[in-house]
Amino acid sequence: MTMTPPAPLLRVEGLTHYYGSRLGCGDVSFDLYPGEVLGIVGESGSGKSTLLSCLSARQEPGGGRVLYQSRHDGEIDLYSVSEPRRRLLMRTEWGIVHQNPRDGLRMTVSAGANIGERLMAVGARHYGEIRDQAIDWLGRVEISDDRTDDLPRTFSGGMQQRLQIARNLVTQPRLVFMDEPTGGLDVSVQARLLDLLRGLVSSLGLSVIIVTHDLAVARLLAHRLMVMKEGRVVESGLTDQVLDDPHHPYTQLLVSSVLQV
Amino acid sequence: MTDTGYNYAYLDEQTKRMIRRAILKAVAIPGYQVPFAGREMPLPYGWGTGGIQVTAAIIGQDDTLKVIDQGADDTTNAVSIRRFFARTAAVKTTEKTVEATVIQTRHRIPETALTENQIMVYQVPIPEPLRWMEPRETETRKMHALQEYGVMHVKLYEDIARFGHIATTYDYPVMVNDRYLMAPSPIPKFDNPKLNNSPALQLFGAGREKRIYAVPPYTPVKSLDFTDHPFEVQRWDDCCALCGATDSFLDEVITDDKGGRMYVCSDSDYCGDRRAAGHVGPQGVDADAYQRATAAE
Repeated sequence: MTMTPPAPLLRVEGLTHYYGSRLGCGDVSFDLYPGEVLGIVGESGSGKSTLLSCLSARQEPGGGRVLYQSRHDGEIDLYSVSEPRRRLLMRTEWGIVHQNPRDGLRMTVSAGANIGERLMAVGARHYGEIRDQAIDWLGRVEISDDRTDDLPRTFSGGMQQRLQIARNLVTQPRLVFMDEPTGGLDVSVQARLLDLLRGLVSSLGLSVIIVTHDLAVARLLAHRLMVMKEGRVVESGLTDQVLDDPHHPYTQLLVSSVLQV
Repeated sequence: MTDTGYNYAYLDEQTKRMIRRAILKAVAIPGYQVPFAGREMPLPYGWGTGGIQVTAAIIGQDDTLKVIDQGADDTTNAVSIRRFFARTAAVKTTEKTVEATVIQTRHRIPETALTENQIMVYQVPIPEPLRWMEPRETETRKMHALQEYGVMHVKLYEDIARFGHIATTYDYPVMVNDRYLMAPSPIPKFDNPKLNNSPALQLFGAGREKRIYAVPPYTPVKSLDFTDHPFEVQRWDDCCALCGATDSFLDEVITDDKGGRMYVCSDSDYCGDRRAAGHVGPQGVDADAYQRATAAE
C-alpha cells in the first residue's frame, strides 16, 4: 500500500547565523512533519538556542531559509513575509515555551488572564468564554481551578512551567518551540511535566521542536534527534538510533557522559 | 495687564510653530501620539506642562480661556494657569463653559455640551495606554503600528476576575477612529461618552512624556469592553446636594468625622448655572443667596 506523505510543516534550508565573526549556527537543514517531535541536543554554547531563535522568528538569520506550511496561505518564507504576518503567526499557529517561565508569562496578571491573553489577542471579546477556556486549560495541565485568579508568582516552578504550556496551547497552535522546558525542575516534577507533555503532544497532534541538554528528556519526547556541536549539526536520526548507536565521536561522548544511577 | 519680557503666550514663536506642527500631525492621525520637543515650563511636571504648552501654541488675543481642575474653576492649579495666560497672553478668562473658546482641563470634561467653536486641551500624565502592560517603548510603538491591542483587554479581564466588574474608573482606554488605542487622560469613565463624536477639537498634551495627540471633531471614540461586560459609566444613588442634578459627575465630600457626607457636582460652573436657574438640592440655598455670595467674591 502506498500513501503520499504529507507535506513537511517546516522546511529549513541552509540556516546560518553569525554573531560578528563567531558562528552561532551553520548550514542547518531539516524537514519537520506534522505531529513530529524533533529534539535538538548538544552542550551549552553549541548553537541550540540560536538555532531555535532563528527558527521561531525571533532572530533573523544571516543566511538560509525557513519555510512554514501555514494553515490557510500555503507555504510561506518566514523572513520574507511582512512583520505583522510573522507576529500573527507567532500568536496563532505557534507557541514558544521558554526555559524560564518568567520570560513567557505575564507575572503581574492572574493565571486566567495569562491563558486568556492569546485568545484576546486574536479577537475574543466575551469574558465568560475566555474564562471557561482558561479554566479548561488549567485543568488540562493539572492546575486546580481555584488557582485561576492567583498570580503566577504564587505558583511553584513546575506549575509556572505548566501554566506557560497552557498559555501557549490555548489557541491550538500547530508548532511549538520549547527551550529546555524541564530545566531547573527537580526530577519528580520533571517526570510529571514530561508525562503531561507527551500526552498533550500525542492528543493534539502537535509538532514540536525541543531544545534540551538532557538526553533523558530527548529520549522520552523526541522522535528524531539532531546533535549539535560548535554551531553545526554533527549527527541526526531517529532518537533510539542516535542514542543507542552513536556514530559521531562527540555523540558518543555525550551519550557516555550521562550519569548512571 | 501683560507681562513684558516674555514673548506673547510665554513660548517663543519657533517653539509654538513646532508644537503647532505636532498638533497638525496629531489631528491628521486621530489618536496617534506625536512626539514633540517639550519645553521646560514655569511649573512642575504633573501640573499641566503638556496642556499649557498646547494652549500657549493655539491661543490668540481674541480667545477666551477657561481652565478647570477636577471640574472646578477655583482650585489652585486652575487659578494659576488661568492667571498665567491672562498675564502672558492678555486673553479674557472665564469660568463659563459656554463663553470659552479654549478650555484647558485636568480630570474632567464639562457637563455642558461643547460646540464646534471650542477647543478642549487635556493635561496628560501618561499618554501610553499600554504602558502598564508593556514597559518597553519600542514594543508599544510596534503594537500601535500593527494594531496589536489584545493585551489591553487582559487588563480589563483582570479587573473582572478580581472585582466582578471592570473596575477601571478613570483613564479608561478608548479606541479612536477604529484605529489607535488612546489614553483619554485621567478623566473619569463617566466622561468617556463625551469624547465620542464631539463637535469640539480635542487636543492632548503630555509634558513629561513629550507627546501630543488629538481627537478631531466628530471622530468616533469607543471605550473598550467585553460583549458580556459592556462599558458602563458611574452612577450615584444621590443627587447633587447643592443643585439637585442627577445627570452630572458627583464628588463625595466628607463633612464631619461621624460619617457625614454630601455629594456635589464636580463641575462647579454647571452646578452654579443650575442654582442660578433656580434648581435647589437638598442642602442647597436659593438662587438669590447664591448670587449674593458669588457677587461678594
